[in-house]
Amino acid sequence: MSTELPEPPSKIELKPGVGGGGEIPSFDITLRVRRFLPEATADAYWEDFKLTMYGTDRVLDALHKVKWEHDGSLSFRRSCAHGVCGSDAMRINGRNRLACKTLLKDLDTSKPITVEAIKGLPLEKDLIVDMEPFFQSYREIMPFLISKGHEPTKERYQSAEDHAKFDDTTKCILCAACTSSCPVFWTDGQYFGPAAIVNAHRFIFDSRDDAGDMRLEILNDKEGVWRCRTTFNCSEACPRGIQVTKAIAEVKQAILSRTV
Amino acid sequence: MSVSIPAPRSQRIDPKYKRGPKSHGSFEKLAWLFMRLSGVVLIVLIFGHLFTNLMVGEGISGIGFGFVAGKWASPLWQFWDLALLWLAMLHGANGVRTVINDYAEKHATRAWLKGILYVATIFIIVLGSLVIFTFDPCVTGSQLQQCL
Ligand code: HEM
Ligand code: SF4
Ligand code: FES
Repeated sequence: MSTELPEPPSKIELKPGVGGGGEIPSFDITLRVRRFLPEATADAYWEDFKLTMYGTDRVLDALHKVKWEHDGSLSFRRSCAHGVCGSDAMRINGRNRLACKTLLKDLDTSKPITVEAIKGLPLEKDLIVDMEPFFQSYREIMPFLISKGHEPTKERYQSAEDHAKFDDTTKCILCAACTSSCPVFWTDGQYFGPAAIVNAHRFIFDSRDDAGDMRLEILNDKEGVWRCRTTFNCSEACPRGIQVTKAIAEVKQAILSRTV
Repeated sequence: MSVSIPAPRSQRIDPKYKRGPKSHGSFEKLAWLFMRLSGVVLIVLIFGHLFTNLMVGEGISGIGFGFVAGKWASPLWQFWDLALLWLAMLHGANGVRTVINDYAEKHATRAWLKGILYVATIFIIVLGSLVIFTFDPCVTGSQLQQCL
């Protein structure tokens, strides 16, 4: 038995020779990784890997190639591999980037591509740092909805205009690229850091939340927003394109206009 | 078959998880505001100062003991220079305090640098204020009009 299916409307006739995607260009790179193996040596050192990669590859693919085909001891974090989970922030050619969102072809492949762990957090192994101080600051700003009164029976209504006030800061994936790019954070790790302020901003300017004043008070600390020197490293580093420095400035303004 | 794995050599890295105790009051907020407000006033004071000293009259070649004496005979310039002294010193000292906080890594280094900064600042403010108010143009041998 055979049934004749109608042709799908999306079908497009291709001319012979068209399609198939063609050859992906390949090139040779040197991946220069800052290694730290606490089991073996006391100090970190640079190690070069010569790899043949393709035009569609990202720095993460190069790290995978090293780990899977050259040296299985190379350690780094990654989960989603598509810029969503925030696990693979690292210093690529001296700038904080997600390895899974950085295409090799966009870097200068004629020179070694340097890959290091993010700065300012305790280094544990290779590209892995202890994220605990980062999350400690995050927890301190109470990143959850706090509302007074009774639970509404319907939705907590919010107008599009009210939502627009903090829409940008809802995009954070907690990758720590911003906080670990901040020279004020590097010094002693005491500064709350851009990521904590971004996530405080997300609730301070949320019309449904009632604990904005508490968060402003927390960030009025000597290690809070006033340590920001508007270096813009954080805005430059954020893989989600969040206007981090602007968010910090808005929190400063909110503290001033509420308490002066 | 048994494999012996050497014990890891790594120790727990000392993580500075805990931020110092929460600060009270709003000193850093006021310092932040002061930098901006004093900055705006300093623009007027500094350019007014530069203009009267360098552009008006004989310009730079007119500056000398007599020129300063003439200016400080007027309460306006006494006040102007006093405000310039205090604001520039407090603004500059607070700016350097910020730089020390941002770059000194050890507690002791910070304490020392800030100690030296505060002593130097107070010394210059006190000395400068004394000079403006107790300035006497009639040093021995002065050829100035009002001393003859
Ligand atoms: C023309 C007038 C001036 C304006 C508008 C101005 C403005 C500012 C502002 C807004 C800041 C704060 C920057 C921040 O918080 O990141 C600052 C910092 C600073 N200012 Fe001024 N200022 C002026 C004159 C001066 C003078 C005369 C001195 C020296 C006595 C000085 C020394 C400093 C220092 C050392 C800093 C700290 C630098 C830093 O934080 O990176 N400024 N200034
Ligand atoms: S603000 Fe951007 S850079 Fe900072 S943690 Fe969030 S996503 Fe990462
Ligand atoms: S691996 Fe998830 S963001 Fe890069």
